[in-house]
Amino acid sequence: MSRTMIILLALVAIVFAVSWAAKSASLDDQYDDYISRGFLITLAAFLTLSILSFLYKDNPFYKFAEHLFVGVSAAYWMSLGFWSTIVGNLIPRLSVTLSAFFKVPHIEDEYALYILPDKVSYFIPVVLGILLLMRLSKKAGWISSWPLAFIVGTTAGLNLVRYLRSDFIEQVSSTFVPLLVDWQGTGRFFSDFNLYAYGQFVTMLGNWVIFIGVLCGLVYFFFSKEHKGIFGGASRVGIWVLMITFGASFGYTVMGRISLLVGRLTFLFHDWLELIG
Amino acid sequence: MKRQIPLLLVLVFGIFMIFQYFVPHESSEWIYEFFLDWIYIIGIFALALGIWSLIRVSYDKIKYKKPNWQYAVITLAGLFAMILFGFDYGRHFFSAEGLSNYMFRAFFDYILIPIQATMFSLLAFFIASAAYRAFRARSLLATLLLVSALVVMLRFNPYFGPIGPYLEQTASWLLNVPNLAAKRAIIIGIGLGMVATALKVILGIERAYLGKD
Repeated sequence: MSRTMIILLALVAIVFAVSWAAKSASLDDQYDDYISRGFLITLAAFLTLSILSFLYKDNPFYKFAEHLFVGVSAAYWMSLGFWSTIVGNLIPRLSVTLSAFFKVPHIEDEYALYILPDKVSYFIPVVLGILLLMRLSKKAGWISSWPLAFIVGTTAGLNLVRYLRSDFIEQVSSTFVPLLVDWQGTGRFFSDFNLYAYGQFVTMLGNWVIFIGVLCGLVYFFFSKEHKGIFGGASRVGIWVLMITFGASFGYTVMGRISLLVGRLTFLFHDWLELIG
Repeated sequence: MKRQIPLLLVLVFGIFMIFQYFVPHESSEWIYEFFLDWIYIIGIFALALGIWSLIRVSYDKIKYKKPNWQYAVITLAGLFAMILFGFDYGRHFFSAEGLSNYMFRAFFDYILIPIQATMFSLLAFFIASAAYRAFRARSLLATLLLVSALVVMLRFNPYFGPIGPYLEQTASWLLNVPNLAAKRAIIIGIGLGMVATALKVILGIERAYLGKD
């Protein structure tokens, strides 16, 4: 470790300690656990600044926060999965003894009228899960492909129907919108002409743009025919619509990220430093 | 045997899940619910496998003093501390009280959330610098991209005075009409792609999930 690094670490440690002490003192009259709360707020500020330090360049503080995040989030999801799925859903259906052991109410067979009682049915995924863990064994690792095959097969079957319905049929049917809305003749159209958001003209324009936009967008993604003539023209309109979409999506994403940044800055300047009210 | 049985399982369960959708009977729904539960339960075992893999990789890094091995210690420390708190130091191992443990919640609120939110907010800087380089009104397409992005970004800006409401309405129209049209075209493409991939998996044409051997 270089001398500069040691000095920097010592400096950060001193700043951390001072901040902890100052924060705890400021929370003294508000909370009983002001020392631990002061420590946690200082830690959160330190981690926020560590991640932001990546804007300068990759550094040990960023790496520290990044590696801590990996470990903590893996354990968080495991704990959550264990308590909510294994203890919350599986154990109550498996046995009365285990339910009492884990202090969760036992669930009687919900589907006892059918072929398999719950107890037997819910032992099957446990066996499949154990088979999945066989992946750790060099000799019997191949058997882990069985539970994997169950998941892949079931998900593929589910996705086939789901995507066909929601991403194809529903989308196509929503595209065929009326191109003439509340049409009562050309004279009426021009006499009542306005640019209100829910007016006849804007609604009709929107429907035309949706219909033509979807059609031209699809043409742009169709690569089995050369983009020439009418097909080429439609493809060009398609890319215009796509560009507007990419721009709008970009703007939307940027604003989302900016709002997160504002949140973090608010934490630093309000919750930690108390510089803003 | 090692490959045929998984392929057969995929075929049987895949076709079954397609057919159950077209059978409007209580038992069909029951089996559907059961299978979904099974997937979640097996998923937890897969998560355990992932955790084990993380421990193994980090341990090897420390053992063989690989570059940046010190950070693997941080990963393992964070992992074990969170597991310890998640199970309430073993005091309430047999109840879900670990999830409401003070330190478990503190780790979530003061470590996990700040790091995650800051990482995502960091993207604002990179995305802005990328935009500065890419957003030049050099052609019609680039201009469309630039204008629509600007309209959406500036829609809530309070400094535009009387133009503000029009900007907001234009942004809403852009998001609800042309944006919807192009996204719908993309979604239709994705839908068809997903159906084709699912069919390839069920029929055993796509076998990448089985690995090489």
